[in-house]
Amino acid sequence: MPRRCDAVPGFGFSLSVTLLWLGGLVLLPLLALLLRPAELGPAGLWHSVTEPRVLAALRLSFGAALAASALNLPLGLLVAWVLVRYRFPGRGLLDAAVDLPFALPTAVAGLALTALYAPNGWIGAPLAALGLKVAYTPLGVGLAMLFVGLPFVVRSVEPVLRDLPREAEEAAATLGATRAQALWRVVLPALAPALLAGFAMASARAIGEYGSVIFIAGNMPMVSEIAPLLIVTRLEQFDYAGAAAVGLAMLALSFLMLLALNLARRLWRPA
Amino acid sequence: MAPGVSPTAEPRWLRRLLIGAAALLLGLFLLLPLAAVFTEALRRGWAPAWQALSEPDAVAAVRLTLLVAAIAVPVNMAGGVAAAWCIAKFRFPGRSLLLALIELPFSVSPVISGLVWVLLFGAQGWFGPWLQAHDVQIVFAVPGLMLATLFVTFPFVARTLIPLMQDQGRGAEEAAATLGASGWQTFRRVTLPDIRWALLSGVLLCNARAMGEFGAVSVVSGHIRGETNTMPLHVEILYNEYQFVAAFAVAALLALLALVTLAAKTLLERGTRRGLPA
Repeated sequence: MPRRCDAVPGFGFSLSVTLLWLGGLVLLPLLALLLRPAELGPAGLWHSVTEPRVLAALRLSFGAALAASALNLPLGLLVAWVLVRYRFPGRGLLDAAVDLPFALPTAVAGLALTALYAPNGWIGAPLAALGLKVAYTPLGVGLAMLFVGLPFVVRSVEPVLRDLPREAEEAAATLGATRAQALWRVVLPALAPALLAGFAMASARAIGEYGSVIFIAGNMPMVSEIAPLLIVTRLEQFDYAGAAAVGLAMLALSFLMLLALNLARRLWRPA
Repeated sequence: MAPGVSPTAEPRWLRRLLIGAAALLLGLFLLLPLAAVFTEALRRGWAPAWQALSEPDAVAAVRLTLLVAAIAVPVNMAGGVAAAWCIAKFRFPGRSLLLALIELPFSVSPVISGLVWVLLFGAQGWFGPWLQAHDVQIVFAVPGLMLATLFVTFPFVARTLIPLMQDQGRGAEEAAATLGASGWQTFRRVTLPDIRWALLSGVLLCNARAMGEFGAVSVVSGHIRGETNTMPLHVEILYNEYQFVAAFAVAALLALLALVTLAAKTLLERGTRRGLPA
């Protein structure tokens, strides 16, 4: 607790403003999300979130998000590595491009990805010739999640890689390790917590992603329908409690996932 | 190993391969979609694109988007500065919980960010009957759009300021207070000059998200053309009506906003790194 005769002023005022701002705009609305599903009763709530269509949507949202974030680990590591360790013409442009999925409105990203990967698109057409259908399939859902998640991994790994002392790698090399061994045994373990953090952020974002996914997903119930879309559908049928139940299930599952990842990160540190 | 090659550097061929792979990935995966937006928008030349942007519904959407951002950004800027002030300059119980709660909206789905307001103010929401009795409409009207946007853009400013203000410590503010400056004077004359570029960067990101938000506003908007349609929602409506050139034209305008934001952010970061009055 700050001392009563604290030299820096404004603690009471700034804390009151913060609590008012946080309470009114975030906590009160989230309280509604926590309490509304209770109207269904325990049995009704369970029934509402275990409907086959809900389970399929949750499975797709979480499965695709985890798969996309896992694929983003090597991709993000590659980009971070190149940006931190090498100097080359065009590096500034690549660096700025990494943030594009952060800045681009999700609906624009969704439209653009759909145009590119549709069966008549620039990338979709050659893929279709190979027999691979991306747009309007679960693969498209994963692709959009890959797009929104990439910057999280890059931006999480970059600062750690930049501050990594070269001496450790040099020592490994002096002790006779090959370059590959030094990277695998020295660099990668040092980056692991940052990679995990990036994975967690990318997954959290991808699980809830809506705008960039719904255009490319095709939104077929049981096949390519994501959980957030199911919330919208239930709201349109004025099933508020049912919509809130799906939202609550998403939040609870995300929370459990983040908790597990956090534990994994803590366990990693002593090693 | 070839002489003269550092033991901690990759051989040149591998370095080139990695740079090439990263460039290909970012080019194909991030920049190509951007190119696709502008190509699709200008598929039939400038005239149809311009027409799509100047028809009344599009103009109304642009105006509404600006209005929503004009409310959401200052509110979250003020709240963000206040939060950064008490979290970065003071130690108190519950401080890390407060920090976690401020960042919470980032890990909530945009759809849920809209849903929570419907649960409160929708026809069957907690306050729905009262609002109806008093003829106030929040959901499916402009106030709902503002609330949803406030929720999704909530953490941006606070999150940019807190690490910076924590690094700067409280020595300067203590000195100012000792010399007799009032709280407001201390903030304006001592703290603000030190954080203005970070503040600007946070505001830019907050604004970009406010103008580009789709999921949250889609839930509370009701999609009334010319009335409750922001630009991203207008894009969706046009797209669903198969007016592809028009949809991509409005999308291109939003993409331009993203590009300007990115450019400004890059310049700001470069400026602060070169020791511009930080």
